[in-house]
Amino acid sequence: MAADLASFLGHWILPALLLVPLLGAGAVLAIGRVAAPGHALVASPLREIRVLTAITLGIEAGLATLLWLSLDPAAGGWQAVVDLPWISEWGARILMGVDPVGGLMILLTAWLMFLSVVGSWNAVTHKLRSYYVLLLVFTSGCIGVFVAIDLLLFYVMWEVVLVPLYFVIGVWGGRERVGSSFRFFVFTMGSSLVMLVAIGALWKSAGQGTFALDALVGAPGPSTTAQVWLFAGFFLAFAVKSAMWPFHTWLPDAQHEAPTTAAIALGIKVGAYGLFRFAMPLFPAAVTHETVRSVVIGLGVVGIIYGALVAMVQPDFKRLVSYAAISHAGFVLVGLFAGSVESVQGAVLVMLSSGVTNAALFLLLGILHEQRGTGMIANFGGLARVVPMFAVMLTLVSLASIGLPGTNGFVGEFLVLLGAYREFPVATFLAGLGVILAAVYFLWATQRVLFQPLAHEANRSLRDLNRREQAVMLVFAVVIVGLGVAPGGLLRHIEPSARKLVARVESRGRPSAAPVPADPVAPPVVPPVVPPVVPPAAPLAAPLALPPSASR
Amino acid sequence: MHPLTGTAADLVWLLPLLPFLGFVANGWLSLRGAVRARVTAHPTRLETEGSRHPQFTLVNVIGVGSVVAAFGVAIAVFAALAGAPDAAGPYVQTYGSWLPSGDLRVDWAFQVDRLSMVMALIVTGVGALIHVFSVGYMADDPGYPRYFSYLNLFVFFMLTLVLGASYAVIFVGWEGVGLASYLLIGFWFSETRNADAGKKAFIVNRVGDFGFLIAMFLLWANLGTLDFREVAQRVPELAAGGGLVTAICLFLFLGAAGKSAQMPLYIWLPDAMAGPTPVSALIHAATMVTGGVYLVARSADLFAIAPVASLTVVVVGAVTAIFAAVIGLKQWDIKKVLAYSTVSQLGMMFVAVGSGAYVAGLFHLVTHAFFKALLFLGAGAVIHALHHGYHAVHDETSDAQDLRLMGGLRRRMPVTFALMWIATLAIAGVPPLAGFFSKDEILASVFRQAGGSALAQATWLGIPGSVVLGTAYAILLVTALLTAVYMTRLMRYAFHGPSRVPGDAAAHVAESPWVMRGPLVVLGALTVAGGWLNLPALLPLGPVGTLEHWLAPVTGRGAAVLAAGAPALGHGTEQALVGVAVAVALAGIAIAWVVCRPDAVPAPDAPAPTSGFGWLLSNKFFVDEAIEALIVAPLVKVSRLVLWRGIDLGVLDALFVRGPGALTRGIGWAGTRLQSGLVGTYVWVIAIAVLAVLGLMLLMK
Repeated sequence: MAADLASFLGHWILPALLLVPLLGAGAVLAIGRVAAPGHALVASPLREIRVLTAITLGIEAGLATLLWLSLDPAAGGWQAVVDLPWISEWGARILMGVDPVGGLMILLTAWLMFLSVVGSWNAVTHKLRSYYVLLLVFTSGCIGVFVAIDLLLFYVMWEVVLVPLYFVIGVWGGRERVGSSFRFFVFTMGSSLVMLVAIGALWKSAGQGTFALDALVGAPGPSTTAQVWLFAGFFLAFAVKSAMWPFHTWLPDAQHEAPTTAAIALGIKVGAYGLFRFAMPLFPAAVTHETVRSVVIGLGVVGIIYGALVAMVQPDFKRLVSYAAISHAGFVLVGLFAGSVESVQGAVLVMLSSGVTNAALFLLLGILHEQRGTGMIANFGGLARVVPMFAVMLTLVSLASIGLPGTNGFVGEFLVLLGAYREFPVATFLAGLGVILAAVYFLWATQRVLFQPLAHEANRSLRDLNRREQAVMLVFAVVIVGLGVAPGGLLRHIEPSARKLVARVESRGRPSAAPVPADPVAPPVVPPVVPPVVPPAAPLAAPLALPPSASR
Repeated sequence: MHPLTGTAADLVWLLPLLPFLGFVANGWLSLRGAVRARVTAHPTRLETEGSRHPQFTLVNVIGVGSVVAAFGVAIAVFAALAGAPDAAGPYVQTYGSWLPSGDLRVDWAFQVDRLSMVMALIVTGVGALIHVFSVGYMADDPGYPRYFSYLNLFVFFMLTLVLGASYAVIFVGWEGVGLASYLLIGFWFSETRNADAGKKAFIVNRVGDFGFLIAMFLLWANLGTLDFREVAQRVPELAAGGGLVTAICLFLFLGAAGKSAQMPLYIWLPDAMAGPTPVSALIHAATMVTGGVYLVARSADLFAIAPVASLTVVVVGAVTAIFAAVIGLKQWDIKKVLAYSTVSQLGMMFVAVGSGAYVAGLFHLVTHAFFKALLFLGAGAVIHALHHGYHAVHDETSDAQDLRLMGGLRRRMPVTFALMWIATLAIAGVPPLAGFFSKDEILASVFRQAGGSALAQATWLGIPGSVVLGTAYAILLVTALLTAVYMTRLMRYAFHGPSRVPGDAAAHVAESPWVMRGPLVVLGALTVAGGWLNLPALLPLGPVGTLEHWLAPVTGRGAAVLAAGAPALGHGTEQALVGVAVAVALAGIAIAWVVCRPDAVPAPDAPAPTSGFGWLLSNKFFVDEAIEALIVAPLVKVSRLVLWRGIDLGVLDALFVRGPGALTRGIGWAGTRLQSGLVGTYVWVIAIAVLAVLGLMLLMK
């Protein structure tokens, strides 16, 4: 069935995913300004704008689901490939394609954007039109990041992602919006410029006259020292965007000030994906470089513990969630760089789970914020009696964030730690402490919000989840428990991509060394279970040759 | 093909499923009720109160019915297992793949074997009795459906814990029971104290769970499996007594110590008494807290080749046993006495499993489930009755759990009185009650192991194993004495002497309804008869060592390794040991009877001792305070002041945000200065720049 679907979707699905939000944005701009014949202009068509945005994102989520269903995990190379000429002087092309991990991130983004717009329906009233236009542009850019396999295209999309978020925080943020957006700007723009320089240097040193990822991966890599420097340029941008310690201080501010949907958009782990897709395969010698590896894993471990400890003392629940995300970002880093199939799969799952649970948390906190105008933990207490459905959901999502077995949060963290233990026992040991601390900060916070005496009169009149919010939360609950109990299908889907990355990193890192001695079951390069992982020497010919004449 | 295929053992999946369905159904009813109460109630009373629940409602039919049905299934599976040959081995049922990743394969799989089914019978059997008791005990509580849904959730996770076929599946139950315990301890969550207690329990348990996780990583990294059967097969690959297996066992034991409230992680259990009393009986006495003992027994093959880890278990168990018993001597809250008693008894079980006497430890686990559940439910009946008495006279301040405000209850609650005395004699170790046999077996086993077994020949931190075991034996004897003392003290203060109940409340105190008394009677019968499960050869009372034979396929191998070389005890020695144990029990009872005179009870507001041992004791040796001052407070302070305010808002911000900002502004400022419009300045600048460039070029050459 997947094959039929794949051939049906052919090569229009990725452009469609990119264009639908842009078309929606155009429609949102036009609605109420361009009167249909026989209809009067509506002065402030809030409802229409919301409905239009929701429909656009609903279509997007549907397309993303179709794409996910059509992906064949065994295919090895890029799927749904599109290749169009762009800047021929530099050899830059509009080259797009996905593998199951990219497809998963697209699925996550489209659904999170859709659910968050529906779930925070009335959250924004001020300049609603521009707000949703920017979010739709962001969605398109974000999808672009996940489909780009040409470095220059990737860079453009990366910037497209940043600009709308910058404006959203600056215009719709709370009291400290100017400072927040300034921070966000300084961090992200500064670091992406460094990445641009690294991309340029890589282009020049490869000498292939192309930005295509596969061509650059296949080219004889630069020297180890050069790889380390180039890697550092990429890593900086990705670490900043994923809010990895110590480049994280923009996130709590930005998420605190941003409206719900924007806060959720900020939490999508675009940077972690960038590491997975670009930085690690491009510079395997850097990734396996002893110092680099220890530093990166060290940063991850510090982030896990530091994020958890700082989360513990936050007086504001939204900031607490941001620091929890910083802690989760540490797990992603450890998982990716520990370099075992299990830990890489775990890292991808943490990216997904962290996105899902944090989105649910921001939606729930947004509901409180809308009514009380505050997110300070001390302003609540005893809510379980007033808003029981809200309380059940907040408890469930907190447990997922804590990583209780049977929820999505456990699977990713468990695989990361399990997979990392063999080669990095000390780091894993320390990271495991984060598991304890997660329970501390989340249970303490939920206790002070949901339990204890109902101390503030204003909280007595809070309303519980309405039907719309219930429906959205039900989706989150199903995902949280479903992925916790039966992640097998998803894991099997992303396993070939994880194996490919691990093989790529291993092959370049230790060209002469024997296969990893501690791994008796599966030789690292050619796994027995999964058919053709593209051998690292000739991976690009296939996708580059693939583009059908139709797309020219 | 396994001999159990096609028998009732195939129904084992129903065991956890039934309580899970109960949880879902009652959870739904509870949520619906809460939502309705929210909409209709007066703003100050958000849950309807005061309406007594009838004996048979949808809620308790679901709640009790699901566990009773699960008990029925457990009996059927047990019977099928009993019919299978001894050598059949565990019967593993796989329901699906859970974590397929890389080389890792973890399945959702349950394991029917002799150990798991003994545990399942206890969990569902004692669980069913406590559910029935709860129907009466919680009848007046507005959170009735929520209570039963949490209780069913607990049974579901506990069955997952005991039935899981791999460490990973056990871990699901392991953390799950922690969750249920958290929810039930904080059941009356509107009081900060209760919510705090629930949180503390979860977090302290997580410290243990961290150990469990590390143990799993070690197992996987070295044996490549988390599955019990495969671990058992591959144990010979591990170097006996080596650092690796010792580390695995020590981390597993860290997990066990958290769940089973051993030093120093015991601190959550006394606080856990904030939950409803039947919860204390089920979770914090009979089942969940024995999970650690179960884990060690389940890992007997590993512990058997890690004598250092086994001796650690003995040491921690012995220290916990006596430490908690000493604290129990001075508690005035009836439930706190029982809580410290539970900690102490769990310590005895760990001494047993640590010394390789797995069956003795599990035997005590079973009998303890009977008599400690009885004691807790009896205490619950007392609290319930006093609560009603206070309610009848509108006394809002008196504490229904304070032994200082009891006395003379034997006339008002004769059935509870008699049954609790049976349980007290059992825990004290008076023959022929269940506790006598199990405790005696622990003492005898430790004594025997001390005399030349493989374990006695190992060393622990330079101390010979025989010394460790001998000391443990002596400590357990003292603990047995203290146990008899604090339990007799409790009984004497609660039931004997004149009534110290304030006001007229005593007149309203009455025996509880049958729905509560019934389970007490059944547990009383089990407390009397439980010893027959594993009779010693010494006394001609019936079949000898039934449980020993039953569990031999699971724990026999490990026990044999650790006991290798231990000389058999002569009849004379065995009789002397029994004599000493009984004498100690009787002495304890006598001492308490003489010392704890009801007329010498201090008033509840009497000042606590301010110096000496009594001061230490009444403050529980300041363990909580020490942990707060040495770990919690510094961690919070460092996180807030150093990490957050200092590094996050200070250093990092300055480095990455204010730094670049200031730099740009500085350059801008310099730029405006330079554009002064004075040609002279421009010339100077140009001249300096040219010189600088020339100089650089010279240097580069």
